[in-house]
Amino acid sequence: MSILFGKLTLAALPHEWFTIAGSLSLVLGALGVILLLAYFKRWKWLWTQWLTSTDPKKIGIMYIVVASAMLVRGALDAGMIWLQQSLSVGASQGYLSPEHFQQIFTAHGSIMIFFVTMGFLFGIMNYIIPLQIGARDVAFPLLNTLSFWLYVAGAILINTFFIFGGEFAATGWLAMPPLSELAYSPGTGVDYWIWSLQISGLGSLLGGVNLLVTILKMRAPGMTLMKIPMFTWTSLCSMALVVSAFPTLTIALLLLSLDRTFGMHFFTSSFGGNPMMYVNLIWSWGHPEVYILMIPAFGIYSEVVSVFSQKRLFGHTSLVVASIIITLLSMLVWAHHFFTMGAGANVNAFFGIMTGIIAIPTAVQIFNWLATMFRGKIILHSAMYWFLGFVFTFTLGGMAGVLLGIPGVDFALHNSLFLVAHFHTMVIGGALFGIFAGITYWFPKVTGFKLHETLGKYAFWSWVIGFLVSFTPLYILGFMGASRRLDHYDASQIGWQGLFIVAGFGFVIICFGAALQILQIVVSIKQRKENRDSTGDPWNGRTLEWATSSPPPIYNFAIIPEVTTRDAFWEIKSRQSSNSPLNKSIPPQYNDIEMPKNTAMGIYISGFIFLFGFAMIWHIVWLAVLGLVGAVICVIVRSFDEETEYIIPASEVAKMEAGRANYV
Amino acid sequence: MYNEINPVLNPPSLVEKSGYENKTILGFWVYLMTDLISFAALFATYVVLRNNTFGGPSGKELFSLPFVLVETFILLTSSFTCGLFTLAAQRNNKAQAISWLTVTFLLGVSFLSMELSEFSHLIQEGNGPQRNAFLSAYFTLVGAHGLHILVGLLWAAVSLVMVWKRGITPHIMNKLTRFSIFWHFLDIVWVFIFTIVYLLK
Repeated sequence: MSILFGKLTLAALPHEWFTIAGSLSLVLGALGVILLLAYFKRWKWLWTQWLTSTDPKKIGIMYIVVASAMLVRGALDAGMIWLQQSLSVGASQGYLSPEHFQQIFTAHGSIMIFFVTMGFLFGIMNYIIPLQIGARDVAFPLLNTLSFWLYVAGAILINTFFIFGGEFAATGWLAMPPLSELAYSPGTGVDYWIWSLQISGLGSLLGGVNLLVTILKMRAPGMTLMKIPMFTWTSLCSMALVVSAFPTLTIALLLLSLDRTFGMHFFTSSFGGNPMMYVNLIWSWGHPEVYILMIPAFGIYSEVVSVFSQKRLFGHTSLVVASIIITLLSMLVWAHHFFTMGAGANVNAFFGIMTGIIAIPTAVQIFNWLATMFRGKIILHSAMYWFLGFVFTFTLGGMAGVLLGIPGVDFALHNSLFLVAHFHTMVIGGALFGIFAGITYWFPKVTGFKLHETLGKYAFWSWVIGFLVSFTPLYILGFMGASRRLDHYDASQIGWQGLFIVAGFGFVIICFGAALQILQIVVSIKQRKENRDSTGDPWNGRTLEWATSSPPPIYNFAIIPEVTTRDAFWEIKSRQSSNSPLNKSIPPQYNDIEMPKNTAMGIYISGFIFLFGFAMIWHIVWLAVLGLVGAVICVIVRSFDEETEYIIPASEVAKMEAGRANYV
Repeated sequence: MYNEINPVLNPPSLVEKSGYENKTILGFWVYLMTDLISFAALFATYVVLRNNTFGGPSGKELFSLPFVLVETFILLTSSFTCGLFTLAAQRNNKAQAISWLTVTFLLGVSFLSMELSEFSHLIQEGNGPQRNAFLSAYFTLVGAHGLHILVGLLWAAVSLVMVWKRGITPHIMNKLTRFSIFWHFLDIVWVFIFTIVYLLK
């Protein structure tokens, strides 16, 4: 081991076709972006307007951009998995070695959960929550940029092995020991997995603290807890889960890295280690994590269904209560992921019953949404399509989940493709459809123009049909006994290959849907003049984010609105329509607005932590020390800085508001 | 919310009206709760693994209770002096605040040195964290607490410089309040370590 490079040697550099292709495309892509920015002289603009911004709206957009890029990476992995499984039967070994195949499905799972779904949701929350609660910012602006940049650092680190070599984990997305221990995974793959998740997980944890305090402390005057809009409510539940579940992930990853780096014996198969303890720790984070992704999606559906039914949300209180119950129950079901551990009938019965009970509050929510539509003036907008598609897929996947929650059934279906089909139904048909609904719904708020409707509907149909074509075969394959993560199967398994090919065909349809979404955005930008929304309220919305212009000014609201009821903006609109001439005649009185200054500290700290993570993977001691000390010094330097905010004078606000009024 | 129920830690004279104090104190409490859950996971790990000595000595044979008792009293005393420091800071008495913070810092340093000497003693005898699962869990749990103490010491040192140079402004008072919450929190965690690691048979 050299002092300068640790375990990193020339032999570690990429030398397989898929890592070389990955590294080439990454390097060329990065070069292309750098050259383009230099050519258009946009570096300074990018740095001052975006990268160092503390504006949660800009951070939200950056989250969504990074998550979209990671979605492409995760989808490529999915395509490679399907191709291998369609080809690799009998004498044919497919086009991937088992080792490659394992790395690919591990990367696919980790990326889709940590960097795609989490990224999209944090992006939407950053943008929407301050607007919905009538705030100008989040509680801790620096912490917010730090969370984002830690997420980016993790996202870069998980792709770093393409360039700097080594391999990715070949252990499955939760890296269960003893397989993930040094004895069985001696390469750097598991370390890449550990540190990219550890760093981005830290970002999520800090983001959770931040948004939790934002929602609890920064609501507009008069917005009591039960007047909080549903998306913010569900985000509050989700963030409460983040702060209670992510510490367990941190510890599980820490202990695994202590085993691997310092030769300890938490989860080793000898020296008294206990691998099942890792399984318990990781799933006591992992199950809440599923709900961290799902519950905010429930909030998005609630907003969409209420606005596009032009009706008050049915049973707001019961929706809130159901969300809280789901939040609490999700902490009590983790053992259903390993009924086969052998904990005994009583333990399995407890966790099985708890799992079944979750179906009740979830069903309450579904009935609430359906009852909201009942006798509403339904507008079949594409956001509504995503909601209706979700009701279908989510009910399907939910029932598969209740089935799996029965310990006896689970013993037969454990680790089968039935399980894979179940959780993809939840994550795609539940969380991802919600994200798409949210993006369609809030797009005009962010950009000032609507998305192309027809293309959006085509994209929806491609997604739903593609989804059913690709995952229904997996349910069937699961019943036929196909286990998950198969890189090869025997020719005597009659009917398997056909179903795998159908599933692969479904993947192609999904890709077509994704291509339509990209086309939709391009066409919408081209036709932005026709689709312009000048009112700030294109859907006749009900909550406060529609009360300001699209896109909102940096301070969100020139005058913080007073909230008296739920659906605050609806109330303001109905008041205005009754006495609008009076309202217009009063010139608004503006005050000075205090806003956080931009700061690059989040980038610096994350940069140092990235170096630390990279050094820990390759055992480069000096770099690890440098990364850690650098990060600590940045924090200390920042703590001496008391001038972190600036004032927008009232006259400036008046000028900006007048400008916006002209634009409107 | 915290202000209203605890006037001792946040005297009205020093509270800014902007709500910044409120947010940071609540945010810090939320962070502390996440830290508490991390420790809970480490405690659970320790309890599961404490009998997995793989033929090595048990905790009872390894730990010297009188030594740990001295450690404990030093840390408890540092918590007391930290309280005196907070009271002095609230009276805006710079000299007293600096001296009590220095005393707290020194007590923290002696606690940490005792802990490190205990660690090195164990490792020299061949009972390092690599020996078995019990010792891995022991070193990690107690070491995690020690690492927090180290962070607290760094924080105290930075606070000393800050108070020395800038005095006790409301902004700095807020930082000092968070430091003292952090320090008391570490004290409470230590009480659990003392009970579960050293006293539990």
